[in-house]
Amino acid sequence: MRRAFRLLTGAAALALGASLAAQTAPEIAYDANADLLKLPDSTHFGEVAGVATNSKGHIFVYTRTGAAHATVGTSRTFYKSGSRLFEFDQTGKFVREIGVGVYGFNNAQAVRIDPQDNIWVVDRGSTQVIKFDPEGRIQLVMSRKPEAIAVRAPAPGAGRGGAEGRGGPPPEGRGVGAPPPPGGAPAAAPAGGGRGPAGPAGAGIPGDSFTRTAGVAWDAQGNIYVADGQGDGIGNARVAKFDKDAHFIKSWGQRGTNPGEFNSLRGIAIDAKGLVYVADGGNKRIQVFDGDGNVKASVSPGFVPAAICITPGPHQYMYISNSNDTDSLDNGEIYKVELDGKIVGKFGRAGRVPKEFNIVNQIDCRNENELFVAELGSWRVQKLTLKPGK
Amino acid sequence: MRRFIIASGVIVGLLSASPLFAQSKAKAENVPEIPFESVPNFLKFPANLYLGEGIGVATNSKGHVFVYTRSGDTRLFEFDQNGAFVREIGAGLYGFTFAHAVRVDKDDNIWTVDEGSNMVIKFNPAGRVVMVIGRRPDAVDELTAMSGQGSAPHPNKPYTFSRPTDVGWDAQGNIFVTDGYGDDRVVKFDKNGRFIKSAGTAGNGPGQLRLPHTMAMDAAGNVYIGDRSNARVQVWDNDLNFKTMFDNVGSPWAVCVSPGPHQYLFVSNSVPDNGDSRAAAQTGEIYKMELDGTIIGKFGKAGKALKEFSTVHEIDCRNPNELFVSEITDWRVQKIVLKPQAMKSSGGR
Repeated sequence: MRRAFRLLTGAAALALGASLAAQTAPEIAYDANADLLKLPDSTHFGEVAGVATNSKGHIFVYTRTGAAHATVGTSRTFYKSGSRLFEFDQTGKFVREIGVGVYGFNNAQAVRIDPQDNIWVVDRGSTQVIKFDPEGRIQLVMSRKPEAIAVRAPAPGAGRGGAEGRGGPPPEGRGVGAPPPPGGAPAAAPAGGGRGPAGPAGAGIPGDSFTRTAGVAWDAQGNIYVADGQGDGIGNARVAKFDKDAHFIKSWGQRGTNPGEFNSLRGIAIDAKGLVYVADGGNKRIQVFDGDGNVKASVSPGFVPAAICITPGPHQYMYISNSNDTDSLDNGEIYKVELDGKIVGKFGRAGRVPKEFNIVNQIDCRNENELFVAELGSWRVQKLTLKPGK
Repeated sequence: MRRFIIASGVIVGLLSASPLFAQSKAKAENVPEIPFESVPNFLKFPANLYLGEGIGVATNSKGHVFVYTRSGDTRLFEFDQNGAFVREIGAGLYGFTFAHAVRVDKDDNIWTVDEGSNMVIKFNPAGRVVMVIGRRPDAVDELTAMSGQGSAPHPNKPYTFSRPTDVGWDAQGNIFVTDGYGDDRVVKFDKNGRFIKSAGTAGNGPGQLRLPHTMAMDAAGNVYIGDRSNARVQVWDNDLNFKTMFDNVGSPWAVCVSPGPHQYLFVSNSVPDNGDSRAAAQTGEIYKMELDGTIIGKFGKAGKALKEFSTVHEIDCRNPNELFVSEITDWRVQKIVLKPQAMKSSGGR
């Protein structure tokens, strides 16, 4: 089965570098509510990395907020916190916080809800995938948080003096970190930071040692697929497959540009047939695999697919975000496409006001015309109501 | 009194370079003293809540006082017009790491400038975040990018700040940010936070900056930039073109332009925060000026007692005779009541 994934004008246009953005795509009318979710007075979102809904319509938000803390006066420098997980009901009313103080909540990347309403958190700081049951208790933990970090040595000439102008040592404003080992995991990471024993770069080890974990998805049997990882030119670049109890089955991919290779994975989604769609950000494409890792197709939208989501139901669609980057308000539109790559339409643009998007990192599309988008740039979740045909 | 207005083009060769970090004795002499009082213990804190370094202070249209402080964490507090504690805003916020300034716009939105997270954050009057500009450096990128060289200190990008220092708005709602310790520039955005332009490079010529540390805007949309390490206040037009500068009032750590039909410019020649008594002997005073640079008078001196100033970092001048000043080294905010009517009639001009 070798389906042709081509966009509109086909391979010739793609070879010339044509992008989705440059193609004619019908505009989809939509409304946005940027004020649906009501947090308690003393609680705030930071960069919102993940948003997902469960079968009851409850909304889960995984956000980078508060400061990650590093210790001093310890044998090594340990760190904690930095991200929080919140639950809201379908009207946006705050229900609860889940996972207060959890060891692996460091740098939010995504949250997904499986068919049984379990809550899966993906953290690119701790490198972990953490499964909570619907009650909010931890059921499964994958990968291991690096034990410690190294603090950067002062850089000659970096920054301007002390905080208020005395000529002291440069402030350690950004605080933590160390040169990574060759594979790219933070210092003291578990084995497998990007290079298995004698294996190719990015292939990782046969197991659940992740780097900058990008996403998680499941097939109909409950097998777990992890997009590992997000690093651009660093760390792992593979998809790892596990059974429903997290026993390692296989992994595929390495760093590169050939079919089946990756650079900077951004997300993963699985359709009803069990095909695995991987947002291969650095290569500006979405690669499609069967459940054994055989390349079936590739969609080249001409931009970095920063977030992808596949709708449920008999007729499945995929949403793809052409998110702006930190230093622009260019692009930002979200495409709705058929699973074979044909464009249905697009909507939105980059910006900071409601109905505009600022660095979308995750899309929830449980309902085809009622989306939730998580924005890193503007610290919020928007509920979008699409009005196709208008 | 002589005016100390220097126009561009006249003085390029005359300016002497101020060494970085040096604190200048103000050149202005025989400036009349403005009598004033300091209201003791104006802000009332609940038990076990403390102010750290007093970095930012601003009032809203109701007279509520907002204080942005570097305490155990960087925190933002609100007090009412009588100094009673109202609430904390933004507890645990992702962008609160190292306070630098707080300002309140005409619609009573509260804006904070944080030079640790490199972010400018707009809260609505209810205390909820409604806009952020700039982006906190990515922690995970930092983990793997640190070779000992650090990040580029001069990114000079549209939406990336390098230790930004202050924020202001013109009548159209355009947003101006002084940025800052890393990039010596001022950045202009529209009211929705879209980049329009930036201007300024490191140096001591007109239009060049060394540590733009504070800024204020007048009703006409001109930008008054505290060019701290160059020991001068620069005035730029709304398109960020150099107009003039005042180099006779020391190193401007904090500037404020009062509202109303007759606007005044306040400039603090703050005592350095390094405890050097020699510098303290010749700095610490605050100047009241006309917008054209004419000095009306000055008040205060360096020190930690009431009516003394311990490194003023921000001034609120919504009422030009009732100021709030936040101080770094004595961890406080003083409410200052000026009594210009008591000035000697000979003073000021």
